[in-house]
Amino acid sequence: MVGTPPNVAEDHLVDWFRWMITMRTFDQRAWNLQRQGKIGTYAPFSGQEAAQIGCMSALRADDWIASSYREWAGLAYFGVPLVQPLLSSAGHPDGGCMPESLNVLPIQVVIGAQLLHGVGLAWASKLQQQGRVAMTVFGDGATSQGDFHEALNLASVMKLPAIFVCQNNRWAISLPVERQMNVRSVAQRALAYDIDGFRVDGNDVLATAQVMRSVVDRVRQEQVPVLVELVTYRLGAHTTADDPTRYRDAGEQAAGAAADPLVRYAAYLTAQGLLDAAARARMQQEAQSAVDHAVAELERRGRVDAWTVFDQVYATRPAQLEEQRHELQQRVLAHRADGAGGGAR
Amino acid sequence: MSQMTMVQAINHALRLELGRNERVLVLGEDVGRNGGVFRATDGLMAAFGPDRVVDMPLAESAIVGAAVGLAMGGMCPVAEIQFLGFIYEAMDQMASQAARVRFRSNGRFSAPLVVRAPFGGGVRTPEVHSDSLEALFVHTPGLYVVMPSTPYDAKGLLLTAIRTPDPVLFLEPMALYRSFRQEVPEGDYEIPLGAARVVRAGTQLTLVGWGPVVPVMEEAAERSAVSCDIIDLRWLSPIDWPCVLASVEKTGRAVVVHEAVRTGGLGAEVAATIQERAFLSLEAPVMRVTGYDTPYPVPLLEDDWLPNLERIRHAIKRTMEF
Repeated sequence: MVGTPPNVAEDHLVDWFRWMITMRTFDQRAWNLQRQGKIGTYAPFSGQEAAQIGCMSALRADDWIASSYREWAGLAYFGVPLVQPLLSSAGHPDGGCMPESLNVLPIQVVIGAQLLHGVGLAWASKLQQQGRVAMTVFGDGATSQGDFHEALNLASVMKLPAIFVCQNNRWAISLPVERQMNVRSVAQRALAYDIDGFRVDGNDVLATAQVMRSVVDRVRQEQVPVLVELVTYRLGAHTTADDPTRYRDAGEQAAGAAADPLVRYAAYLTAQGLLDAAARARMQQEAQSAVDHAVAELERRGRVDAWTVFDQVYATRPAQLEEQRHELQQRVLAHRADGAGGGAR
Repeated sequence: MSQMTMVQAINHALRLELGRNERVLVLGEDVGRNGGVFRATDGLMAAFGPDRVVDMPLAESAIVGAAVGLAMGGMCPVAEIQFLGFIYEAMDQMASQAARVRFRSNGRFSAPLVVRAPFGGGVRTPEVHSDSLEALFVHTPGLYVVMPSTPYDAKGLLLTAIRTPDPVLFLEPMALYRSFRQEVPEGDYEIPLGAARVVRAGTQLTLVGWGPVVPVMEEAAERSAVSCDIIDLRWLSPIDWPCVLASVEKTGRAVVVHEAVRTGGLGAEVAATIQERAFLSLEAPVMRVTGYDTPYPVPLLEDDWLPNLERIRHAIKRTMEF
């Protein structure tokens, strides 16, 4: 960490570290839960905690967020409960049901599609004079999509309060950035739209938070879009279904681990006298307990009746969905009654 | 009441709703200053300003994707795709985004937007301007799909569509934009979601169709000695099955007509449902008169390719003689 430290209250500085520890603990636990068959496919974010938490730290509580599926550290910091990513990976219908109090879209998995939703949300905020900004978060892979261009172009043409945050973690599954783009940075693409572009060390939570604070202020005040590239590194696999040793070498993995944002930030806080071994151990314990609590909450949710699949397709169920719902419900209930009454055939 | 073409009736509906609800906005390519390539949005920008009637950059995915965001953010966008054949550029935003917002968020968010798109044959267009793609969207749960065949229906259905709390694809048959005028009320009226229209009452055979083929079915019935019930589905998702089945139970025979290509078309769904639910009423197999299984033809070939009068009459004859 170099340069002038940002003007941030000490309890914020420590709070960010607490969240980084919590989410690293969560990420490792989620990986294990998938291996134990308790949740399904999960996209780990270890290594990107600083970039995620730093970028959300500047938002107002009612701002919009349209994110990718690898943003749970930032979303949790923003207020999304820890059980949410577990529900999502477990395939629970509430996985996408974000709290009413937050303007956070459910994650969607088509790469780059949410950029245009962010543009529309920023537009809606501007038309209704709500003063909200819309932050869209996406990976380096998304910058190859047509929707990336369409979104930045439209936001620039319409002068919308949209913040495009690229979490450049170097890898689009197995494709490194050099094979994704023939430019030296994502940020420089801002020039093509005549908007501001920033390239930030995303593994430095202070730098990220500082840049994002000025970006969010500017976007809110001047109603213009900005592109921010946070340079970070995906320490783990693309998802629980991926094996990164097939496409990246041990040397790169080791270099990535050496730049781990948690290690760097812990060293900074320790040098500043804001963190010691006892405090860190306490945080680790609290993190463990927060994660345990989320896992217990997941287990408490229990089973969901299959026929509820029809309930949120439309605001009002058309007749044919009503018929199909009834058919499925009768079949499932009959099956259950058989199971309860007769046992084995 | 006044005599209006379909394109005027659409303009009327948009004007009425822009005036009634400040959350409504119209967006699309050339919809503002130019008033739309078919003039469906003529005069709306002058009346409501460039914040409400928005000329968009030429990018279909951006038009629908931004409309999805606008809708989630509390607005009621009415987006135009200049020709339905261009909607593939926005297919992800239609099928994987707009249609799934409510489902994905388990009811936390919704996307009450309308996408209007002209389509259909017989008007000598360049390639990809005439394709009938309704089946793709009927096959997409979460979307409503509607297609008027008269000026009166166009206005009432569009008002219903804009007020529906879920995404609606509103398909406008180009061939009917100015083909005839009809009395259309100046005021506000809706046509219920999911309600088909019985165009003509008959006793011997049911003709089921939608959009541009409806006047062709009417002419075929007019010239035929066979007494035909004619049903204009209007809503393709959801389909008014009680209306279709009541007719077939009465007549015992059915011919389904659509411009879209035959295989996997919505006519197959209609025929399948009739045989599932009204098998014992049937005196003959359900016949289909449709586009052929080719890309939409170039203009010099299209008249013979389309489900024209001769092809419908032939199907009626074969069904009666079965």
